[in-house]
Amino acid sequence: MLSIIEDICVEKKNWITHDEMMNITVIAESTPGPIAINCATYVGYKKGKLPGAILATLGVAVPSFVIIFVISMFLEGFLEIAWIAHAFQGIKLAVGILILDAALKMIRKMPKKRLQIGILIAAFAVILLINVLNLHLSSIVVMIAAASISVAFFLAGERRRKEEQT
Amino acid sequence: MIYLDLLLGFLEVGLFSFGGAYAAIPLVRDVVLAHGWMDDEMLSYMIAVSESTPGPIMVNLATYVGSNKGGFFGAVIATTVVMLPAFLIILLIMVIAKNLLKNPYMQAILRGLKPCVIGVILATGVYMIVDNCLRKAGGGVDVVALVITGGLAVIYFGSRKIRKKGMSPIMLICVAAVVGVAVYGI
Repeated sequence: MLSIIEDICVEKKNWITHDEMMNITVIAESTPGPIAINCATYVGYKKGKLPGAILATLGVAVPSFVIIFVISMFLEGFLEIAWIAHAFQGIKLAVGILILDAALKMIRKMPKKRLQIGILIAAFAVILLINVLNLHLSSIVVMIAAASISVAFFLAGERRRKEEQT
Repeated sequence: MIYLDLLLGFLEVGLFSFGGAYAAIPLVRDVVLAHGWMDDEMLSYMIAVSESTPGPIMVNLATYVGSNKGGFFGAVIATTVVMLPAFLIILLIMVIAKNLLKNPYMQAILRGLKPCVIGVILATGVYMIVDNCLRKAGGGVDVVALVITGGLAVIYFGSRKIRKKGMSPIMLICVAAVVGVAVYGI
């Protein structure tokens, strides 16, 4: 995905520079939503203000919208065909591996500080427990807790620094 | 009302999906399971379809669930709101708050969120793998599923030892489909 965006926005159309592309990548990592949307909004706004941002963002979403909308009309019918159902039984097993792989890749890239590792392990344990016990607790609650803990540690660190100065 | 449920549900997904394509999967899963819109089985199928078609996974999932539950308008609503937070936040950063991400409080929040998201994805992956390998009726281990999952994992992770880039997710899905037809079809 990223290489296609870079190829079109930087190389072919010269809408943004390489540095800006790097900057967008950093922003995308720290904001919610897919990088393709982040990038489209950024480039669209830079080149055409608000209308540009809206059109670029819609443009990046419309093809996949059409494809998935068409698939959604036929998928359940297809799944009644025996061999397709069997294929999806196999595919289902691959999806777990893909999700696991995505997490492992992110672990490799993250900074390995004590607080971060602690939060990761705690979140892992809590979510696993929620699933095993079949509780209806959203992961968002866990995310908000993690953010709060991190802010609390930051504030405690700030206070300690101030006390040391005086 | 289904349109309102879709709107709120996918707005939530769009607002909290920090950290790339797979970060949205546990959130979408929360929403669809809580409303009873999909089970894990169907969600797995749709993740595979999303991975094999163009466009971001979370947008694809929103379109599918929206269409399935609320027809064309459902799809439009779910797809729009799932992208809306990303759109508005980028505008916010570009127009008003250029240094928002450099704010020390914001950075502290992100330092907590990022490892948490990874833990959430990891737990979801592990749970789905284990759940797939257990028999639904009567309990016990589904040996066939366990062997296939193990085999696929060896092929997928092992391919990186042979070639640096290894096997693509789509390739793994194709292999799994062939194995599925071969094993379950007979």
